[in-house]
Amino acid sequence: MNTALVAFLYQLADDEWIAGHRQSEWLGLAPDLEEDIAFSSIAQDEVGHANYFYGLLANELQTTADHEAFERPAAERRNAYMLELPNGDWAYTIVRSYFYNMFEQVRLQTLLESKIVALRQGADKMLREERYHTLHMQTWFERLLIVGGVAKAKTVRAICELWPYLDDLFSLGEDESDIIAQGIFTKTPAETYAIWEGIVRPLFIRVGYEWPGNPLQGQSLGRSGHHSKHLDNILSTMVEVSGTDVHATW
Amino acid sequence: MLNRVDDQNHNDEGCKWTETLDEQIVRCLQEIKDPEMPTISLIELGMVHQVHQENGHVEIDLIPTFMGCPALDFIRRDVETKLAKIDGVRTVTVRFIMDIPWTTDRMSEQGLLQLHQFGIAAPPAEFSSATVPHCVYCGSEQTHVVSLFGPTACRAIYYCTHCKQPFEGMKFV
Repeated sequence: MNTALVAFLYQLADDEWIAGHRQSEWLGLAPDLEEDIAFSSIAQDEVGHANYFYGLLANELQTTADHEAFERPAAERRNAYMLELPNGDWAYTIVRSYFYNMFEQVRLQTLLESKIVALRQGADKMLREERYHTLHMQTWFERLLIVGGVAKAKTVRAICELWPYLDDLFSLGEDESDIIAQGIFTKTPAETYAIWEGIVRPLFIRVGYEWPGNPLQGQSLGRSGHHSKHLDNILSTMVEVSGTDVHATW
Repeated sequence: MLNRVDDQNHNDEGCKWTETLDEQIVRCLQEIKDPEMPTISLIELGMVHQVHQENGHVEIDLIPTFMGCPALDFIRRDVETKLAKIDGVRTVTVRFIMDIPWTTDRMSEQGLLQLHQFGIAAPPAEFSSATVPHCVYCGSEQTHVVSLFGPTACRAIYYCTHCKQPFEGMKFV
C-alpha cells in the first residue's frame, strides 16, 4: 500500500463527496428553478468524481467504495473544513463553490502531470465536466458583487467568513512531502495557491473588491482530521437509510 | 449479408441471429439503448470502446459519458442480461474504462440524427456558453440558452423564441 497516495486520495475523494452532498441539499430550495437543476446536476458530477476516487482507494486498500464513502468516522475524513460547513445563504454557497471550483481547476490541471496514471486519466475526464461548474460559479459570484445592495453585502460577508479556511483547502496534510516527492501531486500548497490567486484576483479587481490578502498560514484543519460537528451530521444523514436496514437495496 | 433466424426470435428479451458469435454480440449492443435517450444505442453514442470474446467469455469496455451518470449501472445490467441470452455466450464482463475520455464527437452521424428525432439538439462543436443550436421543433435560429444544466448531466436547456418552446440539447464535452 502506498501511504502517501492513500492520504492524497482521501483528500480528493472526501472533498468531492462532501462538496457534492452540500450542493445536493439545494434540491427544491434553490432561489430559482434553473439553480435547482444546476446544483443537482453539479452535485451529481461531484459525487461521480468522488466515486471514482473512492474506487481507486478501494483498489489500493482492498475495501469497497461504499465502505470508504459511508463507513469511515469523521476523524478519518480528510475533506477541507470549509466544505462541510452548512450551506448558509445563497451568497455563502456561491462564494464557497466559486473558491472551491477554482481550486479544483488548479488541482485537476496539476493532476494531468501526476505520476499516477489513474489520476491523470480521471483529471482529464473531470476537467471536461468541471468547466461548466466553473463558468456557473464565476458568473454568479460576479453577478452578486456587481449588483450591489443586500446581495453584495451578503457576498462580502461570506468572503470574510470563508477566507481563513482557504489555508486548509490548499493544505496537503501530514503527508505533503511524500505526496510531492513521489510525484503524486506536483505542486506545493503555495504554488497551487499562487495559480489560484492568478485566476481569482482579476475577478476581484473587475468587481472593485479589495483583495483580502494571502490566507496561507501553513495550518490544516480538515486535512489533518480536525472537523466540526457539522461533518458528523452529514455522515449520519448519509447512512440514515442503510442504518435502519443494512440489507436494503435500491 | 446478415440473416435473422426469424422475426419472432428477435425481441426485447434478447438477440438471436444466424451470424458469428462476434457479429451477434455487436448486433445485440446495437440494440441496447441509452436508458435516458432510448432512441440512441450504446454504439451510436460512442460508448463501446472494445469487445473481446473468447470461447463464449465476453469482455466489453465501455466509456462513460459523464463520470456521475446514474444510468451506468442500468447500462451494465442491460448489457450483461441481453448478451447472456445469446447462445454460446457463457460469461459477460462489463468494464467502464477511463483510458479514453468520452467526448461528444464520439457520437455517430446516425446517433446525432436519432438524438434530434428524440427531441434533443446535437451538441455544439466547442465549449461555449453562448452557442445555441437551432430549434429541434421548428428549425429556427432564434433560440437562446435557458440553462447549461438540464435534466441529465449531459443535456442543457434552450428556448426557441420563434415557436415559443423550450427544448433540450446535448452539451459539448
